[in-house]
Amino acid sequence: MKRIVLLGATRGMGRELGRQFAGEGAELFLLGRSLEELAKTATDFKERAGGDAKVGSAYCDLEDPASFAPALQAAQDGLGTIDAIIVTAGLFATQEKLEADLDLTQRLLTVNFALTVTFCEQARSLLLAQGGGALCVFSSVAGDRGRKPVVLYGASKAGLSAYLEGLDHKYRDQGLITLCVKPGFVRTGMTTGLKEPPFAGDPEAVAADVRRALEKKKAVVYAPGMWRWVMFIIRRLPRFVMRKVGF
Amino acid sequence: MAISGARQDQKSGLSGWGRTYLPGREIRSENLEQASQDYHLSRGLGRSYGDSSLPAEGDQAALGTTLADRILAFDDQTGVIRVEAGLCLAELNRLYLSRHWFTPVTPGTKFVTVGGMVASDVHGKNHHVSGTFGRHVRALKIRTGKGDVVECSREESADLFLASIGGMGLPGHLLEVEFQMEKIPSPWIYTESYRISCLDELLDKLKEKGKEWPMTVAWVDTVARGKSMGRGILFVGRWATPEEANAGAPPPRKAMTMPITLPSGALNRLTIGLFNRAVYYTHIPKKKSGIVDPDKYFYPLDSILHWNRLYGSAGVTQHQSVIPSESGSQGIRDMIETLAKAGTASFLTVIKDCGSEGDGILSFPCPGMSLALDIPINQRTPRVIQSLNATVKASAGRIYLTKDGLSTAEDFQQMETRLPAFLKIKERWDPEGTIRSEQSERLFKKIEL
Repeated sequence: MKRIVLLGATRGMGRELGRQFAGEGAELFLLGRSLEELAKTATDFKERAGGDAKVGSAYCDLEDPASFAPALQAAQDGLGTIDAIIVTAGLFATQEKLEADLDLTQRLLTVNFALTVTFCEQARSLLLAQGGGALCVFSSVAGDRGRKPVVLYGASKAGLSAYLEGLDHKYRDQGLITLCVKPGFVRTGMTTGLKEPPFAGDPEAVAADVRRALEKKKAVVYAPGMWRWVMFIIRRLPRFVMRKVGF
Repeated sequence: MAISGARQDQKSGLSGWGRTYLPGREIRSENLEQASQDYHLSRGLGRSYGDSSLPAEGDQAALGTTLADRILAFDDQTGVIRVEAGLCLAELNRLYLSRHWFTPVTPGTKFVTVGGMVASDVHGKNHHVSGTFGRHVRALKIRTGKGDVVECSREESADLFLASIGGMGLPGHLLEVEFQMEKIPSPWIYTESYRISCLDELLDKLKEKGKEWPMTVAWVDTVARGKSMGRGILFVGRWATPEEANAGAPPPRKAMTMPITLPSGALNRLTIGLFNRAVYYTHIPKKKSGIVDPDKYFYPLDSILHWNRLYGSAGVTQHQSVIPSESGSQGIRDMIETLAKAGTASFLTVIKDCGSEGDGILSFPCPGMSLALDIPINQRTPRVIQSLNATVKASAGRIYLTKDGLSTAEDFQQMETRLPAFLKIKERWDPEGTIRSEQSERLFKKIEL
């Protein structure tokens, strides 16, 4: 039986991951900003598990670092040993919107990098203290290369990816498995209305890829998998090309 | 004449199941309560054929509900369930069939949202016994055109509740739906089917079998003429008893996808005639029976995803009408004749005997016979729809808005005597008429009758 903590399960890819884990009988503990939303999502997961699963929840807001320790403590009290802590929460805004709004820029950079890392640091201590476990964090393909449409969002995710890579190098032999998830364009509420690039994916497939990567104890997973090759090429394009192209 | 072509734009547009595209986008949200403030129309999976789910001219986008699909409460003692409006029926079936609960009413496709089932007040093979879906709905949470979020039921704000059942999403955005599930003895269906050689016998048998079977429906060959006119196959069924049922729940089935869009006109009277003949004569022996997977029984077409591509880029429309019992069967006969005279045909034609009328103000079925015709779209189609509607009017019948994309406001308002009552309620909750669709603009506009 898997015991999993999810931060960000009320929406998008986190919700889909939670549903799939619930469907295979995992015991879940949900962290999020709104207790009302958490309760609704918990009921949904329970029903998707056949009606009698145990789904706990506690308040945790990435913008309120004081909430991290009590939330993780509540999760540990609820689950006992934790097999995985999964973070799908984060902010997104288009480059256009960010360039026009400094406050939003600061907020996005802080939440996606500084505060997510702060949460992960506490999650890391907790997992190491109990002898190991998996820390799975949603970064983005946007962090793989500085690109015109995601200059700021991409920078926040590049920092996060670098942090997760470092964790993997430093702590894997102590039992901490760090999985950095790099979703490409996925059709969720976050991306609705944006122009869809080729190889867009659905949350169902992304969640299945992430579960498989966790099983295999991978350090990085691109989802949908095609994005691994897309980014392989983009990372190798010379700067004079990147200055010309729009992606 | 909205979907007849003036504003067609397949690349950037939005379409109903009939694949006639109009400009517009769908913006999806997980939080309908918040997002509904910014839109003039919600849409689910876009399975209505015509323009019911398309934003009216001048509106850029419709709010897509499919990401708002949580199950909010379920009581396994009483079977009362509450869900967000975007939950897909296929998902509901997948989750509850093995627990021996099923939707009390299902339409002929499972790729609809629960919100769409309310807005269309869908009916199914059990209409003569169980009525429409709306009969089983207990409460709705709605964002009205005025901007309020209202919890309504038959007791509270009943006018809004009843106008929303079958109201095509026009009294307000449907946010949450609470309804009564049906306890089933097993997750399998026992079915019998009979090949029947003419229309009169088919209609008689349909009524007769309805007295003993909770589910009935007839498929009709609309191409055969003369004595064989209206020949078809009658399907009856009920949930199998635990003793009859196969062990366990039906295994998940893989659907095929229609890989390409056929050229428009590939389905014509000749090819449809051959297909109908094949369906009719391969039903051997004359009477068949057996235990089947509910998916196969309720949703035969869902096994081919995107089957609407059969109709080519010109698309397809449906004409579904109900002819009241008092008017007899001549109307059904006339409509089948109309197709023949127009040189067109219906690929899949379905007749269903309807039971009592639902309490939704604009709910479609009434006691009588419903005829559903699939009609490939070409230049003649608007005229064909008009002559079919002439028969419906002459028989004091009505049409099903969910299928319609081509009727005129004149025809609709002459047959739909309940429209003024509906509009009065809509005005109370949406005085500025902010909630609208391409269909409501087309059919509800003020005209001199």
